[in-house]
Amino acid sequence: MTSASDDILHQTAPGLARGSDTARRGKTARLSPSFISWLQAGPMMLVFLAFFLIPLGFVVVVSFWDYNEYQLLPAFSGRGYTDTFEGCIAQLPDLCTIGKTYVKTLKLCFLVWAITLFIGFWVAYFLAFHVKSRTWQMGLSLLCTIPFWTSNVIRMIAWIPLLGRNGLVNSGLIGAGLINQPIEWLLYSEFSVVLALVHLFTFFMVVPIFNSMVRIDKSLIEAAYDAGASGLQTLVNVIIPLAKPGIVIGSIFVITIVMGDFITIGVMGGQQIAAAGKIIETRLNALQFPAAAANAVILLAITFMIITMMSRIVDIRKEL
Amino acid sequence: MKEGRSRGFYILAVFFAAYVLFLYGPMIAIYILSFQGPQGGLTFPMNGVSTYWLSKLFQGTGIIDLGASFRRSLLLGIVVMAITVVLSVAAGMAFRRRFRAQSILFYSAIASLIVPSIITSLGISLEFRIIDDLIKAHLSDRFETSMGLLTSGLGAHLTWTLPFGLLIMFAIFNRFDPRLEEAARDLGATPWQTFRYVVLPIILPSVIGIGLFGFTLSWDELARSSQAIGPVNTLPLDLQGLTTTVTKPDIYALGTIISAVSFVVIALALGTIHILTKRQASKGSDAGKGLV
Repeated sequence: MTSASDDILHQTAPGLARGSDTARRGKTARLSPSFISWLQAGPMMLVFLAFFLIPLGFVVVVSFWDYNEYQLLPAFSGRGYTDTFEGCIAQLPDLCTIGKTYVKTLKLCFLVWAITLFIGFWVAYFLAFHVKSRTWQMGLSLLCTIPFWTSNVIRMIAWIPLLGRNGLVNSGLIGAGLINQPIEWLLYSEFSVVLALVHLFTFFMVVPIFNSMVRIDKSLIEAAYDAGASGLQTLVNVIIPLAKPGIVIGSIFVITIVMGDFITIGVMGGQQIAAAGKIIETRLNALQFPAAAANAVILLAITFMIITMMSRIVDIRKEL
Repeated sequence: MKEGRSRGFYILAVFFAAYVLFLYGPMIAIYILSFQGPQGGLTFPMNGVSTYWLSKLFQGTGIIDLGASFRRSLLLGIVVMAITVVLSVAAGMAFRRRFRAQSILFYSAIASLIVPSIITSLGISLEFRIIDDLIKAHLSDRFETSMGLLTSGLGAHLTWTLPFGLLIMFAIFNRFDPRLEEAARDLGATPWQTFRYVVLPIILPSVIGIGLFGFTLSWDELARSSQAIGPVNTLPLDLQGLTTTVTKPDIYALGTIISAVSFVVIALALGTIHILTKRQASKGSDAGKGLV
């Protein structure tokens, strides 16, 4: 604004001019935009640096350190890795312990992924396409979210009165005359681990898939219907491709959670089932930090490979 | 598309109802069982109804000091909530402009969310162990540890809550109309005034949502705390420890207490959000209702 027009402004509308003065004063004191961005984003970056990136670096470094019964020895050694893969070559063609553990972890992972995807897809589908009113949609989504805000351990132990030896399921089946003796594999087994993981983490599938689905233009579905597509054809050729980003993001969440899980597998498996995350915990309890770190690096590498493969399918950044 | 309810609707409605039952059924079972009579066991049927196990928890007759863990978890939850809200809102504002290192921060957040918790936890514990060793070697022999609730424990929880906070901020600003800020600027508001009187009131309900996530995720956090919490325990860690030893309903009673806190926080947050959105709806916009 030129000074002439400023004068006119002062005479005609003093209030407005005062406002523009404040703005100008603000401008002279204003910091450069990039500095403000740093001020705003810097604290969060520092937290990730101090408690995520540097620690991750330490995991990699320590995995190459030496150790004895009670302490870390900061000297280069491959012992963490050689201990982990001990006997793997000698036992060929049989799988060694670490190999078997990873096969079991991947199997659990696949089962949980398939089941959560199935449940998550149809729950999201119901919410996105069948629930028409906004209020109902929000209410029902909230109903699915609330358990996520409560404790995982409690949601695990909640299965004990149902699945235990004298639990509701067994006594129900015996009462109905279907079985004579309680079924033992209901609790502290792979079955209960998969059940609990599905129970805990289907939420991570529902949210992103729902998110993708509500963005689908309803007229596309009507167009497919008008063009003579059957319900199944619409699902396969229209809805699933458009919901793919959500499916991929949900899958990444579920797979990485299950790959690194040691608590659910510990509690629901009665501390008897070996898994990738469980090895790390066992090594830590034995204070073998470099071995634990080596296992963490292996787990990280495998998880990273899975994510890279999946993110080839979709650009995560664009979906947020 | 057929009008009215199709067969598919009913099938999926039943499926959805079954899923909700699957989500809530087991939880409700243990809330009921925590009112087991003094002679009752871990499973149904109920052996009388009493508050025996719940009051036993408060008397502190258990093996561990639950009261102390309770206070620690509460303190940590509140600190985590406050930091998560402030840092997420600030970083969310930053992401509305381009800035250098933007993608580094974004990918750090995503990675922090999906790198298995045990690895993050192990990393933090190694980091603090090495810091401890350095302090012991160079500064003081009598130094114990720098690990603790509000150092390594706080950091571990933040790596879990901040990504959620940031993602919620993205969702908020995707739907935010920047013309409102332009209008404020045109009327002479300073950047701070624009934020304080225009942006913040509009996003406040969602910001409370971030606080809700911050508190509840911290209150129930387990995997990241497991290695990084230091010499003391939080409530979920105590609970997990009890799963292997306890054969009495006190574990359900503890579970019920922890859940009760979660539900109170959820109700408070949702209630506040509801009131705020209502107020926005009634007083928010006077566009088209002016005198001119």
